[in-house]
Amino acid sequence: MNKLLKTKSVKFGVAAVVASSALSLSGCGETEAKGIAPELYTDSLFAVMKADRTNYTKYVVKRLGPNGANVIKPDEHWQDIENGTLLPAQMFRAGAEAVAEMTDQFTYSLQSKWPINSQNAPKTPVETEGLEYIAENPGENFYGEETLGDTKYFTAVYPDVAVSSACSSCHNDHKDSPKTDFKVGDVMGGVIIRVPLES
Amino acid sequence: MKKLLWLAWGVCSVMVAGYLGYKMTLDEDKAALLIGDASHGHFQIEMACESCHTDPFGGKEVLQGACVNCHQKELDDAHDSHPKKTFNDPRNADLLKIIDARYCISCHTEHQNEQTHDMGVTVAGDYCYYCHENVGDERPSHEGLAFDSCASAGCHNYHDNKALYESFLVEKSGGQWLKEVSRITKANSAAELVFEPVSPDENRATLITEKTKDHPDIFTHALAITHNKAGMDCGSCHLPPALGASDVSQQSWIDQPGVTECSVCHQKESDGFLASKHGVKLAQGLSAQVGTMVSEHSKLTFSDASQDTLHGCSTCHSSDVFAPSASGTDACLSCHVDEHSTNFEHSPHANIEENLKGSVHSASSEVTCATCHLPRLKEKKKGSDVVYVEHNQNLTLRPNEKMIRTVCMECHNLSFSIDALADESLIKSNFTGKPKAHVPSIDWALERTKEKE
Ligand code: HEC
Repeated sequence: MNKLLKTKSVKFGVAAVVASSALSLSGCGETEAKGIAPELYTDSLFAVMKADRTNYTKYVVKRLGPNGANVIKPDEHWQDIENGTLLPAQMFRAGAEAVAEMTDQFTYSLQSKWPINSQNAPKTPVETEGLEYIAENPGENFYGEETLGDTKYFTAVYPDVAVSSACSSCHNDHKDSPKTDFKVGDVMGGVIIRVPLES
Repeated sequence: MKKLLWLAWGVCSVMVAGYLGYKMTLDEDKAALLIGDASHGHFQIEMACESCHTDPFGGKEVLQGACVNCHQKELDDAHDSHPKKTFNDPRNADLLKIIDARYCISCHTEHQNEQTHDMGVTVAGDYCYYCHENVGDERPSHEGLAFDSCASAGCHNYHDNKALYESFLVEKSGGQWLKEVSRITKANSAAELVFEPVSPDENRATLITEKTKDHPDIFTHALAITHNKAGMDCGSCHLPPALGASDVSQQSWIDQPGVTECSVCHQKESDGFLASKHGVKLAQGLSAQVGTMVSEHSKLTFSDASQDTLHGCSTCHSSDVFAPSASGTDACLSCHVDEHSTNFEHSPHANIEENLKGSVHSASSEVTCATCHLPRLKEKKKGSDVVYVEHNQNLTLRPNEKMIRTVCMECHNLSFSIDALADESLIKSNFTGKPKAHVPSIDWALERTKEKE
């Protein structure tokens, strides 16, 4: 896809941090009013998400959780537990929900063909196609377009990989997980980023 | 002729517009604008239009703001299972076309009393199905269950599942139906407050002496004794707390202190009361006469004698009797005469001390209506527990599973509590007997856990 993304977000500079870093990547000034390549925009958003997700897992859950200092308990029902804290997937969703309260210029979610929470299963044809593509082509991303409600979206799907044994073992042991043989390095699901396109 | 008709039409339109404009803006009596009776939850404040219609030209968003304004904290405390933020993602766009779950009014439409079900719900009972139709695939136990049975008593709630979620069911699956020691939380923390004495002031002292000279026996009254113990004098309640000692005058004396005065020390209790069915009219500045607080559609029955009673703190906390049974049972039963209430007197709860005599069980205090309906709850403040009496009777009542963790499980195990609250005839008899049916949710949860192991 080589056309340029003309979303309001880029034009009006919402999602400023990501957009500005993305613009500088593409050489701000040269492209001027032309906008930004959609892949570059979502790739940049994904970079921030992935960094935060990995850091939360590594520096908080692993360090302070049951496999580390054991002072916090990552749990689905963290609110109901003393010292409870969000699971990595819930932390990710909490971010997505907080973003949605601030802007409607992009949305994101974590999904999987083998979801613990069936609400995280693919719903739209593009989600299904994207999750299948990234599972079969490790290391690659998927980009597509779809119309949901009355709005057209640019939809990008990025692999979510089992970066440590904590990921795979928790999912394998979870009573709601339809897949029980995840290994470190496997694609466990995907991050889906949607940007509404100007109609 | 045609001209005349046009003229008549014009005059009529102007008159109607003028009438409606006057009603909407200047007239205090807005009854003519009601498009239908409000639900049982809101009918008490249906004439306080602005409490929900905060902007006369507002749409969905304005109404949502009003809902959230009163109910958001409750939803947060309940760990709402379906908060609005869950539905913002566009991948839910097709589902939102069926029910726009981002707005309260999609399921709780007001002024449609004739089609309002329990919990103020105005959609058909199979609303869960649209998003969870495949639940039978994941949970064989749920296969073939009726589409409108998800929210059946003891199974699931749309918002509050704090006592019903799977891992809680598993964790609390055991235990005897009646715990060995039935603990009733100690009295509220306001009792531990010590009032700062007001600096001696002649004016104030003279006024108090004058006002109380006709009540020489006042300190034989329980309410006065209790407050006096905390270092208070008559002026602490009868003179507005905001006034400095030397500001007092004849006019500043309050004959009957109300919520405003009580709330100075009993803040949480007053907040709860004003949010409850007992105080919501007061909160909106309306007269809280019992007769006007009861909807003709109410499922409850009330005594005729109570109809003129005005609601306020002292309605239940009268100055002369201060025992728990007085404010916590007698006061309730002076208005509430439905089956559940009138059966209390002979219920096992009312006679708990007698019932437990000679058994291994013991109770730490008597049980009153308020033990369950206005329970003593704990709140963490600066690391220690502060006990308060939750005066919002709704908070533990609708749906009644909300009572499980806050109240029932103080004395009973989870399984018994779920079953008892799901048994309507048992509720009517005020829990005289054992639950007739068993809700299998704990068994199913245990089974699934075992399968996985
Ligand atoms: C302690 C257990 C636990 C750990 C560790 C964990 N997860 Fe999860 N994960 C869950 C649960 C539970 C959910 C479902 C949360 C929800 O949506 O309610 C979930 C959701 C997901 C989803 C969305 C699809 C689904 O299964 O519902 C993906 C993808 C995912 N996790 C990947 C990972 C990766 C990658 C890691 C490691 C970085 C990881 N998880 C670590 C328990 C865990």
